[in-house]
Amino acid sequence: MTQLQYDDNGRVIFTEEMKETYTILVPMMLPVHFELFKPIFTAEGYHLEIINTQNANIIENGLKYTHNDICYPAQLVIGQLMDALQSGKYDLNKVALMMTQTGGGCRASNYVSLLRKALAKAGLAQIPVVSLNFNGLEDNPGFKITLSMVKKLAHAVIYGDLFMLLRNQTLPYEREAGSVDRLIDKHVQILLHDFAQNKSMGKKALRQKMRQITADFVALLSSERHKIKVGVVGEIYVKFAPLGNNNLEEFLRNEDAEVVIPGLLDFLLYTIDTGIEDYRLYGGSRLKKYVSQYLLNYFENIQKDMIAVIKDFPQLTPPSNFSHTKSLAKGFIGYGAKMGEGWLLTAEMLELIDQGVNNIVCTQPFGCLPNHICGRGMIRKIKECFPEANIVPIDYDASATKVNQENRLKLMLSTGRKIAEGKI
Amino acid sequence: MYRIGLDIGSTTIKCVVLEENGKLVYQSYQRHRAQIKEKTEEVLTYIDQEITHHQPVQLAITGSAALGIAEKFSIPFVQEVIATQEAVENYSEPIDVVIELGGEDAKILFLTNGVEVRMNGSCAGGTGAFIDQMAVLLNVELEEMDQLASQADCIYPIASRCGVFAKSDIQPLLNQGASKENVAASIFQAVVNQTIGGLAQGRDLVGRMMFLGGPLTFFKSLQKSFVNTLKLTPEMGIFPENAQYYVAYGAALYSDKEHGIDIAQLLGVMRQQSDANHYQGHLSPLFADENEYRTFVARHQAHDIARDDLATYSKKVYLGIDAGSTTAKIVAVGENGELLFGHYATSDGNPIQIVREALLAIYQENPAVQIASAAATGYGEELVRQAFNLDFGLVETVAHLTAAQRFMPEVDFIIDIGGQDIKCFKIKNHIIDTIFLNEACSSGCGSFISTFATALGYGVEEFAQMGLFAKNPVDLGSRCTVFMNSSVKQAQKKGASVEDISAGLSISVVKNALYKVIRANSKEDLGHHIVVQGGTFLNDSILRAFEMEVQSEVIRPTIAGLMGAYGAALYAKNQKLSQSQILTAEQLKTFTHQVTNEICQLCGNHCQLTINQFIHGRLIAGNRCERPLNQHTVVKETVVYNAYQFKRQQIQKRIAKKNASRGRMGLPMGLNMYENYHFYHALLTALDFEVVRSPFGSRALYLEGQHTVPSDTVCYPAKLMHGHLEYLLKQNLDGIFYPCMAYNFDEKISDNHYNCPVVAYYPEVLKANMKTLNEKNFIMDYLGPHNPKHFLKAMQQALLSFGHINYFTMKKAVNTAYESYESYLKTLKDYGMEAITYARNHNLPIIVLAGRPYHIDPEINHGIDQLITSFGAVVISEDCLPLAQDKPKTRVLNQWTYHARLYNAARYIAQQDDMYLVQLVSFGCGLDAVTTDEVREILERENHIYTQIKIDEINNLGAVKIRLRSLFAAIEQQRKAVTADDSAAIR
Repeated sequence: MTQLQYDDNGRVIFTEEMKETYTILVPMMLPVHFELFKPIFTAEGYHLEIINTQNANIIENGLKYTHNDICYPAQLVIGQLMDALQSGKYDLNKVALMMTQTGGGCRASNYVSLLRKALAKAGLAQIPVVSLNFNGLEDNPGFKITLSMVKKLAHAVIYGDLFMLLRNQTLPYEREAGSVDRLIDKHVQILLHDFAQNKSMGKKALRQKMRQITADFVALLSSERHKIKVGVVGEIYVKFAPLGNNNLEEFLRNEDAEVVIPGLLDFLLYTIDTGIEDYRLYGGSRLKKYVSQYLLNYFENIQKDMIAVIKDFPQLTPPSNFSHTKSLAKGFIGYGAKMGEGWLLTAEMLELIDQGVNNIVCTQPFGCLPNHICGRGMIRKIKECFPEANIVPIDYDASATKVNQENRLKLMLSTGRKIAEGKI
Repeated sequence: MYRIGLDIGSTTIKCVVLEENGKLVYQSYQRHRAQIKEKTEEVLTYIDQEITHHQPVQLAITGSAALGIAEKFSIPFVQEVIATQEAVENYSEPIDVVIELGGEDAKILFLTNGVEVRMNGSCAGGTGAFIDQMAVLLNVELEEMDQLASQADCIYPIASRCGVFAKSDIQPLLNQGASKENVAASIFQAVVNQTIGGLAQGRDLVGRMMFLGGPLTFFKSLQKSFVNTLKLTPEMGIFPENAQYYVAYGAALYSDKEHGIDIAQLLGVMRQQSDANHYQGHLSPLFADENEYRTFVARHQAHDIARDDLATYSKKVYLGIDAGSTTAKIVAVGENGELLFGHYATSDGNPIQIVREALLAIYQENPAVQIASAAATGYGEELVRQAFNLDFGLVETVAHLTAAQRFMPEVDFIIDIGGQDIKCFKIKNHIIDTIFLNEACSSGCGSFISTFATALGYGVEEFAQMGLFAKNPVDLGSRCTVFMNSSVKQAQKKGASVEDISAGLSISVVKNALYKVIRANSKEDLGHHIVVQGGTFLNDSILRAFEMEVQSEVIRPTIAGLMGAYGAALYAKNQKLSQSQILTAEQLKTFTHQVTNEICQLCGNHCQLTINQFIHGRLIAGNRCERPLNQHTVVKETVVYNAYQFKRQQIQKRIAKKNASRGRMGLPMGLNMYENYHFYHALLTALDFEVVRSPFGSRALYLEGQHTVPSDTVCYPAKLMHGHLEYLLKQNLDGIFYPCMAYNFDEKISDNHYNCPVVAYYPEVLKANMKTLNEKNFIMDYLGPHNPKHFLKAMQQALLSFGHINYFTMKKAVNTAYESYESYLKTLKDYGMEAITYARNHNLPIIVLAGRPYHIDPEINHGIDQLITSFGAVVISEDCLPLAQDKPKTRVLNQWTYHARLYNAARYIAQQDDMYLVQLVSFGCGLDAVTTDEVREILERENHIYTQIKIDEINNLGAVKIRLRSLFAAIEQQRKAVTADDSAAIR
């Protein structure tokens, strides 16, 4: 048995020895992105496994092992991991769990602690929990994010965003059913190979690769473009994870809509941008500000590259770059609103409207604190400025039923169609 | 072609048939009792045969319950709001706003100035189903309820957000003797408030309004409430005839001309598929077979007590009365605790009558009965005690414990599920240790099952029995009862039988109790000697589900429903009285009971008092403090330490500068301002502003701003802010100052010093939702007091519209502000020391009422601080304690200033024998989901009692009183035990 080591607070540390022998379980949050993240860790010697389960036992476990007033994503993610541990597939003395942690003012920054509490309750306190964060919240000798990994992860995020965008824009109009998803599989495989070989990591190579991928997708398109566009924004987990939003994307597509989802990179940029805004509002370390500024420029340039590639294909609609999206929120909400999705949530609704996507689903876990402010709290104002906006807030929760959610979504769709036909 | 519209809602099915020219030829309205497919077939068959005579028709269906069959049988579907719109556009006059209340949905449709629709979110208070539930609670028919409401003379505040909340407001009102007339009217008013506050969400209701849907058609009193509240003239408020058919009518209009539908063919398809669908669940059945059930019943029959015959019993008799929320229980025991008389009846909202009849029955059965002592317990304890002159009153937890110990002396866990509430408690060393009571969002109790049984058209017992041998119990989740309704609908859609649903409901009630109320993770969490009681456990399905879930055998006494009363009787017996003061048979015959209502004028709370007048005395209820009770007697002046009171006084003591040169600046008295006031008041005063603050919160203030609250699930303290702003806007000010504060002061006791997202950014919500606020009159800059240097600059920037304030002036003012804040914190510590010393000198328990700064607001805490001092304890808050200034080790992220104080206080209190932490938690506070568990852990590690009180807009302190009284009972027992130990040690 592996020797367990603890830090001053009694936390089980993920040691270098564990890196060799342990399997790290990660809950799936974004379908394509996470698939791309995995090989980056594998290449560094980690045994990563992404948990992508959907069953009734998940929420059952979530409710059992977390406080029932904690947010739905916490219940799901913790429930999913507990379910995986119970599955018998893993040696409970050779397994670790990993979760992202932002350290912000939203209670979501406590997920890691809550997961540990859940493990203790289940008598599994020996299992180390690794916090994946970029602000040095917890240290683990066996788990280090290197600069080269950061770079690769950034590429994975941008490719993930690109795949998501291309899939959303081509799937409703593919000439041959199934061709888009097959193409994604094909390119993901190629990328996985590239990541493993450290290939195509330069800026130029990235651009070329993105262009090639985009061209392949565009080739699958038919000429029709009649579907109603529906944007999805919201709390990061329920916005992206099908487990969190009752397969919202699929539902909307079955209702004959084209789904538009602002990417993950914007969220990443937003968290970096916080360092700059904090300096502006409250003073503090200038160094932190410069580092943030550097990172922001680096990532935004990649984003701009992606946008430039997409712009070359008139069949596609490129997303807005981060600075533009940010500028849209001015006059609606302050840039100091940085807990949870903060001002970005408001900005994404405005970005969608700016692009002519007036039908918007604003997803949130029931009782989500930042959403009271940045989601629900801003809808009235947005509608006042853009009367054509057709926004429906949907709550997700262990006991909110699909029927009621779908009824509200159908109302949004009917209203959207009426607006499109000029009947309203 | 005929045009047919079918509207299938959550409870009813409505049908309209039009001729091609739009002429109405048929309409029908029926309850479907969840038999959606069958009912639809029935309606369509009738139309096909009697009206359309087998011709092809245009057809469209709509409604929340229609989704399933529309998909399955490819019937054209139209979303109900769109159908409504269609119908209203055909109305003879232009309409601006449509308000439609349905079974479980509520909608507002704005048709002019920007079309917009609002539907209720996942909280479904204020709908038809809600009114149905309330009628069950009042035990009246719906028509009668409407009739009653029309005779009301006063309105009680009833929480309107959620049916469950409302219930907990209404039940105690009934128990206190409020008239059904007034309660009925208050329920309708709550529906109106919910519609305006919860649905309109910041958009003004103006113009010509049309009211649709079943409830708004049938209940004249509800119509009247809407008209009065919205001040509508007959031209502006339209209640069309046949309003309940409007949606179906809209669907008929919407139906597609091009594709005629052959009804007979459709019916054929529907019938064919009827048996194709079988529900498959993943829960195991409650009982495998009859045999297993028989063994189970026999085992539980064994837990019985000795009985004797009342008629011939000649020794002393002891009475116990448990006036519960929906039922009244009366028990008489003999000298050895043998059961002589037991009566269990639903109180129909009036326990007095039931108790009187039971007492008369006792006197009749044994005219010579020697009643030595009598005690009352339960929600209606005070009422029955006063009415019948009973000798003692005790808190129900103690009553239940006393009774349970009779069956199992070593009992360490008791769970009681009654009609309206779940009470569970752990027992350590024969003392009540931790108490769990169900809170609003976690209530699924006995009355919940009976409401369901009734809705599905069965008797309660019959319904419960049906679940015993269900093959596939439905998994219904375990949260809110309103959610549960939709879960049932969904299960039925999938073909679940009534048996499966019955079993599923039993399981969900149990799971709710275990995982929501108790938050147990394993059987070991509960205890090894479990006694279950309460009327709900007489239901074998529930008992079985409970045993299955905790995987162990428990004890259910045969008198499970009478345990509270039985415990009270035993308690009465232990008091060793020789003759009870209880009313005699003669007195009972001339007994009278009258109820009047009055608004208390003694303070700004203006409590709605219910005054019960009996021949021999009176009882006032509804009061939040003792003042109205003592109105005519001289109050003894006692020294009372109440830090909450003290903090309020500190705020009131600050004086505004008159004729200040820079103008008048408003500060809203809510959220973090309750503490930061001392900082900003000093700062602004030093800058020569006249500071005007809004008053402390009140119900009226809340209602004032309710219409601009965008999120109905945000915490009550945040909702109140809208009222504060409305108040300030009327004060003719030069500006309102309410900065965003993501960061709090850094007290160096945590890893970061955040505020919660709501406190941090609520000004953003106010600005975006209150049209009257703008850049000019509302200053809401982001300020961070943790960095004084930068704060100074930011402050200069924030006040720029009042002219440039130079560095030196600002620096001086900022310094004054920090000093003032520091000195306020020190004042609190001094007060704390004084209070602690006083308490220790007088041997009084010290209650540390912990929470957030805004919990001192009398509207937010509902007077709990005063309630505690009335029990004879000293109340201080966590910031009054002499705490170490370091970071405690916590298992959660410690990065919020207010939370850090809590953790520090808990760590300190755990070391003090005479201090008890009571944590106030606002409903919807997501962060407290984290803190409560952590604080509990810190305290329980040292074997300290932790008490949590959840508060919301609910006015009623019933559950709070139980908690506090149980706490004080435990404190007293602990003290006795300590004294006994001490004297043993001396010996």
